[in-house]
Amino acid sequence: MYPFNLLDTSLLLSGGVEVGAHYYWDIAGISVHGQVFIVMWFVIITLIGVSLLGTSKLERIPRGWQNFMELMFEFSQEISKNQLGESFYRPWVPFISTLFLFILGCNWAGAVIPWKLFELPSGELAAPTNDINTTIALSLLVSIFYFFGGLRKKGLGYFKRYIQPTPILLPINILEDFTKPLSLSFRLFGNVLADELTITVLTILVPLIVPLPIMGLGFFAGSVQALIFSTLAAAYIAEAIE
Amino acid sequence: MDSLISAASVIAAGLSIGLAAIGPGIGQGQAAGAAVEGIARQPEAENQIRGTLLLSLAFMEALTIYGLVVALSLLFANPFTS
Repeated sequence: MYPFNLLDTSLLLSGGVEVGAHYYWDIAGISVHGQVFIVMWFVIITLIGVSLLGTSKLERIPRGWQNFMELMFEFSQEISKNQLGESFYRPWVPFISTLFLFILGCNWAGAVIPWKLFELPSGELAAPTNDINTTIALSLLVSIFYFFGGLRKKGLGYFKRYIQPTPILLPINILEDFTKPLSLSFRLFGNVLADELTITVLTILVPLIVPLPIMGLGFFAGSVQALIFSTLAAAYIAEAIE
Repeated sequence: MDSLISAASVIAAGLSIGLAAIGPGIGQGQAAGAAVEGIARQPEAENQIRGTLLLSLAFMEALTIYGLVVALSLLFANPFTS
């Protein structure tokens, strides 16, 4: 009598929020979420384009795009420098900075560009980070990298970390390796999705002007989340290689 | 498709986000108050305090977000309805 499918309720449908509806592509027997890929490629192309613009004509006194890119580079370099320390940070700058810029690009692409103008057969274009698969992939990448960093630095002695300070803490230490990617991915996913849902619900209630401050908040929260994700990634790596 | 399950899920979703908001709310208030005190005592350290405050606020907010994820999964991806 009461079919439990809130996707069908008129309130949510009229605003066009579609949690769990995807635009599936079948690639070699694997079905992927197409809407995530489209926005992600857009972000990647934008990042590559801006980098090429910034590094094409290098001058001693930076101007224009080069100036902007140097600012971005120094800012993202600071993230890994603060966590990893002056002597170890250099090899990790590419990874941490890429994470930061990619997540920032994804969040802002979802917040700024009116994707609603483009129609898809199903699902809708939004920030790639509001799909849990994207954030889990990113956080598993962080897990792989801190294991790699620890193993490269200390060899098999890295696993001694699990029985320190006492062997009693072994289960907790093992559990930590699972909770790290879990909390990383849920934090990013939840924040981005929460922003979009808040904006959608407000737009349904009051279509004009009122959602604007929340959009500004989403813009701000997106950058803070990118900063937090990369800071935490750097902190986990620092913990593994210290 | 059971109406009892739907009713229970909706109530649980409301409770999960509501209860998850209490603790971080108190924590964020204390952190912000302490930061304001710090800025009032040492205005020249404002930038550093602001950065640390924002970072720690986002950590606390994550706890509410976990509640939100539970609420959303109860509403949109409920495992108890087929």
